[in-house]
Amino acid sequence: MTLLDCLRVALTALKANLLRSILTTLGIVIGVASVIILVAVGTGASSEVDRQINALGTNTLIVSSGDRRMGGRSSGAGSDRPLAEADMVAIRDKVSGVVAISGQLNGSGPVVYGNANWTTNLSGIHAEFNAVKDWPVASGRELTPSDIRSNAKVAMIGVTVAKQLFGENDPIGAMIRVKNVPFQVVGVLAAKGQSGVGRDQDDTVLMPMSTARGRIVGRSQVQNDQIGMIHVKIDPQISLVDAQEDIENLLRQRRPPLPGGEDSFSVRNLAEFMKARNEVLNTLSYLLAATSVISLVVGGIGIMNIMLVSVTERTREIGLRMAVGGKGRDIMRQFLVEAVTLCLFGGLIGIAIGVGAAALVALYAQWPVVVSPSVIALAMAAAAATGVFFGYFPARRASQLNPIDALRSE
Amino acid sequence: MEAHSKPEGVAQRPLIVADGLVKTYRMGAEVVKALDGVSLTIAEGEFVAIMGPSGSGKSTMMNLIGALDVPTTGTLAIDGRDIGALDSDELADLRNRSIGFVFQQFNLLPRTTALRQVMLPMLYAHPKPENPEELARHRLEQVGLGDRLNHHPRQLSGGQQQRVAIARALVNNPKILLADEPTGALDSKTSDEIMRLFTTLNAGGITVVLVTHEPDIAEWASRRVLFKDGHIVEDVRHAHRGVADRGMVSAAQRGSEAAE
Ligand SMILES: Nc1ncnc2c1ncn2[C@@H]1O[C@H](COP(=O)(O)OP(=O)(O)OP(=O)(O)O)[C@@H](O)[C@H]1O
Ligand SMILES: [Mg+2]
Repeated sequence: MTLLDCLRVALTALKANLLRSILTTLGIVIGVASVIILVAVGTGASSEVDRQINALGTNTLIVSSGDRRMGGRSSGAGSDRPLAEADMVAIRDKVSGVVAISGQLNGSGPVVYGNANWTTNLSGIHAEFNAVKDWPVASGRELTPSDIRSNAKVAMIGVTVAKQLFGENDPIGAMIRVKNVPFQVVGVLAAKGQSGVGRDQDDTVLMPMSTARGRIVGRSQVQNDQIGMIHVKIDPQISLVDAQEDIENLLRQRRPPLPGGEDSFSVRNLAEFMKARNEVLNTLSYLLAATSVISLVVGGIGIMNIMLVSVTERTREIGLRMAVGGKGRDIMRQFLVEAVTLCLFGGLIGIAIGVGAAALVALYAQWPVVVSPSVIALAMAAAAATGVFFGYFPARRASQLNPIDALRSE
Repeated sequence: MEAHSKPEGVAQRPLIVADGLVKTYRMGAEVVKALDGVSLTIAEGEFVAIMGPSGSGKSTMMNLIGALDVPTTGTLAIDGRDIGALDSDELADLRNRSIGFVFQQFNLLPRTTALRQVMLPMLYAHPKPENPEELARHRLEQVGLGDRLNHHPRQLSGGQQQRVAIARALVNNPKILLADEPTGALDSKTSDEIMRLFTTLNAGGITVVLVTHEPDIAEWASRRVLFKDGHIVEDVRHAHRGVADRGMVSAAQRGSEAAE
């Protein structure tokens, strides 16, 4: 009996019990779908996490006011004391291994050029900002220490802002109005893409810290030496944890603790934060992997069950096949092909669902989701292996029937 | 098919040679002796009817002749091969090549066309015929079902289903056609049609062995073997009568023979 003959018989048998066949494959469907989603989303997510870690820089610390528990934000009225220029200078001078350092004071507001109007993020920074963030300008120049000292009304803009205000035109040298204050565009930042939380990092205007403090973020809310948060880039040769400790010790001397005794600042290591997030993803991957294995096993047991039922129902047919010359191995092959066909059928449905779900994830999570042909091949192989493994026992049982007993059965 | 009549009384090559066949079934502690020392030789071209009361061992004997089972003791040679010495694969090949089965309940596959039913034995043939579909169609035409090739069993009458089964039994050109109560599920008119078909096939050279409870069915055969309690108690040969001959037997004569 050729494989093609077996396939024809299998399809006839499966069609005869169509609903039963479909229900039987449900476990395989779920198993295969989760294999697809697992691999597609998993590879996409981990490459995305790697990219974000690299984008953050593996040797960067972020210092912010407020305690750690509040995620670096103010922990209550009166207890918040912003970080000041002097704190930054102290870190630069007293902590060893600081390569570059910059504050970042955030606000937002409208930016106007000609008729174009765009509300964006406004940040005051220091001259080393580009170096700390590994974020060079694509054209024009960076801000200089003298820009900072002289409250210069110059700005670097992100590509999103450039596109909104200037379209295809070159923004360098153009005068824009930021909160009605005229600024000269001196640089356009290289495109950076989305942040880990999905914010468009290119939708920003960067200006000297001093200028921002005076005119942009709002005079009434700002103390005159406030610098927002501090980005610190540490020499890769030096332990990031040691540097973090040094900074913490230094700031503890400079800033009184909160009433509860906690630090009034926090030093975060974003790369570590991202690694933790990656671990969550890994855990999810393990869960999904377990789901797919369990589904395949449960599905396989379902297949085995239905194949045993099928062998019992078709005992007479088996007897007849043996009577006209079918050998044990012919019967065996026939039922194995039937089990594998059932599983591959479930596998195909599973692939369709898995690819669909992966596409949805890609749409909403904004991850690069990768469904490669090898993943599909892997899923189909898993389905086929399930069919062979769980179909073997029923098929062997069929092949070992005695022809007379089989013919006589009802 | 060319209907050449075989010479009467001339010893033909023995096709089935049974010697001292014993078949016992163990049912728990009890041992049932279904066959108890059966010796029987059937020559090529014979048309044998096996009769006897229920439980006398007829089906058991047919299963042995059909190489579906092996005897407990004694020897049985089918077409020159000792079936006691064959393994299950060799038995399967023997069934596939040399034997055609017809069953009381037809044993057709559900949801399968007549053509595919008849092609079934060719699936297991070595070497596979090159034109299985054509061979199957030819056999169906031979049993008068050339216009029912794509019918499923549900769409056929009992007689037609049995003809499909006969076409299937014939498709690998077996030497022996075995039929265990082939007319048991059919009315008398349809039974006659089936028996006429067997007679024609036998005239074509195939050896036919059938089991029946009905004396007027047994009359179609040229030899009658009577079983009782696992023994052969009677073995008589009639003069061979052709199809045309048989068709002219009057109802009265048939009735009187049945009464014997
Ligand atoms: N598989 C089996 N297991 C146990 N006993 C069996 C088996 N097959 C047949 N027998 C017994 O062997 C004896 C002969 O059975 P067999 O089927 O050959 O009779 P038969 O002549 O064909 O009867 P019938 O005319 O009713 O078909 C019976 O007593 C039966 O009960
Ligand atoms: Mg019987």
